[in-house]
Amino acid sequence: MIRLINVCKRYPGGHQALTNLTFELEDGEMAFLTGHSGAGKSTLLKLIALMERPTSGQLIVNGKNLGKLKTHQVPYHRRNLGLIFQNHQLLYDRTVFDNVALPLVIAGHRHQEVRRRVLAALDKVQLLGKEHLYPITLSGGEQQRVGIARAVVNRPKLLLADEPTGNLDPDLSAEIMGLFQDFNRVGVSVLIVTHDYDLIRSMPNRILHVEHGKLEGDYPRRDRPAANPAEGQTQVTQSSERDATDEEDGDE
Amino acid sequence: MSNTPRHAPPPRATSRLQRPSLLYRYAMGHLQALVSTLGQLVRQPFNSLLTALVIGIALALPAGLHLMIDNLGQVVEGWKGSTRISLFLTLETATSEAEALAKRLGARTELETVTHVAPADSLAEFEQHSGMSDLLDLLERNPLPSLLVLTPRSDLDPVAMQALLTDLQALPEVELAQLDMAWVKRLHAMLAIGQRGVVLLGALLGLAVLVVVGNTIRLGIQNRREEILVTKLIGATNAFIRRPFLYMGVWYGLLGGLMALALVALALHLLAAPVGELALLYQSDFVLHNVTPLQGLLVVVGGALLGLVGSWVAVGRHLSAIEPR
Repeated sequence: MIRLINVCKRYPGGHQALTNLTFELEDGEMAFLTGHSGAGKSTLLKLIALMERPTSGQLIVNGKNLGKLKTHQVPYHRRNLGLIFQNHQLLYDRTVFDNVALPLVIAGHRHQEVRRRVLAALDKVQLLGKEHLYPITLSGGEQQRVGIARAVVNRPKLLLADEPTGNLDPDLSAEIMGLFQDFNRVGVSVLIVTHDYDLIRSMPNRILHVEHGKLEGDYPRRDRPAANPAEGQTQVTQSSERDATDEEDGDE
Repeated sequence: MSNTPRHAPPPRATSRLQRPSLLYRYAMGHLQALVSTLGQLVRQPFNSLLTALVIGIALALPAGLHLMIDNLGQVVEGWKGSTRISLFLTLETATSEAEALAKRLGARTELETVTHVAPADSLAEFEQHSGMSDLLDLLERNPLPSLLVLTPRSDLDPVAMQALLTDLQALPEVELAQLDMAWVKRLHAMLAIGQRGVVLLGALLGLAVLVVVGNTIRLGIQNRREEILVTKLIGATNAFIRRPFLYMGVWYGLLGGLMALALVALALHLLAAPVGELALLYQSDFVLHNVTPLQGLLVVVGGALLGLVGSWVAVGRHLSAIEPR
């Protein structure tokens, strides 16, 4: 679904955000991307959503080489992604319904179809009945669920979430993560940027750890949560080395 | 959903939404922009009206001036038909000789009417208008000549008119043949300058409309910056984002055009009474004519076009600067 090959990103100021990043997210896989602030996690999401272009390297999303996409094709690329943000990025002068409907309206769907899909998406995030409210009247968790409903309403194959639980308490966070797992269960690939280590430790999904713009750890999916963090740590180092060699072989 | 087997083909990801045809999407996009921008205008009636009023004034000035000159031209056109030639006869010509000449000239085909004004009548008229009867009493004899007022046929072209004039001037009884048309020509020349002025003013104020609309749209873009960023993030094309702003520009121009017509109508209403009085003084049944339907349409469509161009320029300049980072 997502394939990075030696991706580098250097900002005009000279800041090196990503250095030789190489990994692959399989179709239907769900993974967490962790790292300290400034490690390059957000930059990676921006590259995938084409808010930024890599300085060098290849980035292939859903079989398409993003380097070959022209500026006027960028909107169509973004329509195939479901983007979820920490600050929700909702339009506060529009109702929940209108917010969730926006991707479908942009794509030009029929009114009845839009209504049907929006209500289905709101049902999925358990906000049915609140479609005529304005986002400002909702709690943080509910607003985030509106954001998720908007991201999934046009049935993207890939969900990208940037700190989706950043402002939420643990219970709400777990609920949100549960939603992502639901979508993943029906085949949607999910990449979640987070530093909520407590939460993801209890989840079986793959974890990619970025440090100073480099991939420092790749913890594969476990069928049971790791009992203690130290155990996970050893596993990381091994697997990242193994993965790195695998990638190189695969490319040549 | 939760009981879907994991190995089964994922239904969510594979079932693509069926989109309507391109033409339908295009038409719906426009209809939607049209309705939503109208809604925005209605939700902010004060701001909308203020902008429309500014545009209206800018459009009303050249439109009103054009109408005034049009009306003036109509008055002049009315006078042109009544071009007269005044034949001042020599002082030696007796009244009876003047009468005979009038009769002779009356037979000429180029002339419609010939009126003889005897020196005594001229003097009486002069006395009445100047109020200098005492002074005139001092004169030994009437200093005024006989006057023949001729009305040439209205379809005479300038060359024929000139020929007629030369002909009349050559008559032995005639001291001076004067065509009372030079001032009409001068007035026409002035009106032509006025028309040119209207065009220049119109161009200048049209530019003002562009700037007003452009600036309003620019502010609108700045106010909706966040919205633009979010919609771009979720895959809106530039055309999608541009569309409502362009419609907004068209609405402003359209409203401005209607406002201009209302202002012109108001001005005409206020001018109608004094102009009527003036026309009465000149024994004319002249009435100020209002904008014709075609001219009205021109003002409204012109306003809308200016609005479109103004917003297009603003959108082109400012929208591309807003990209999600």
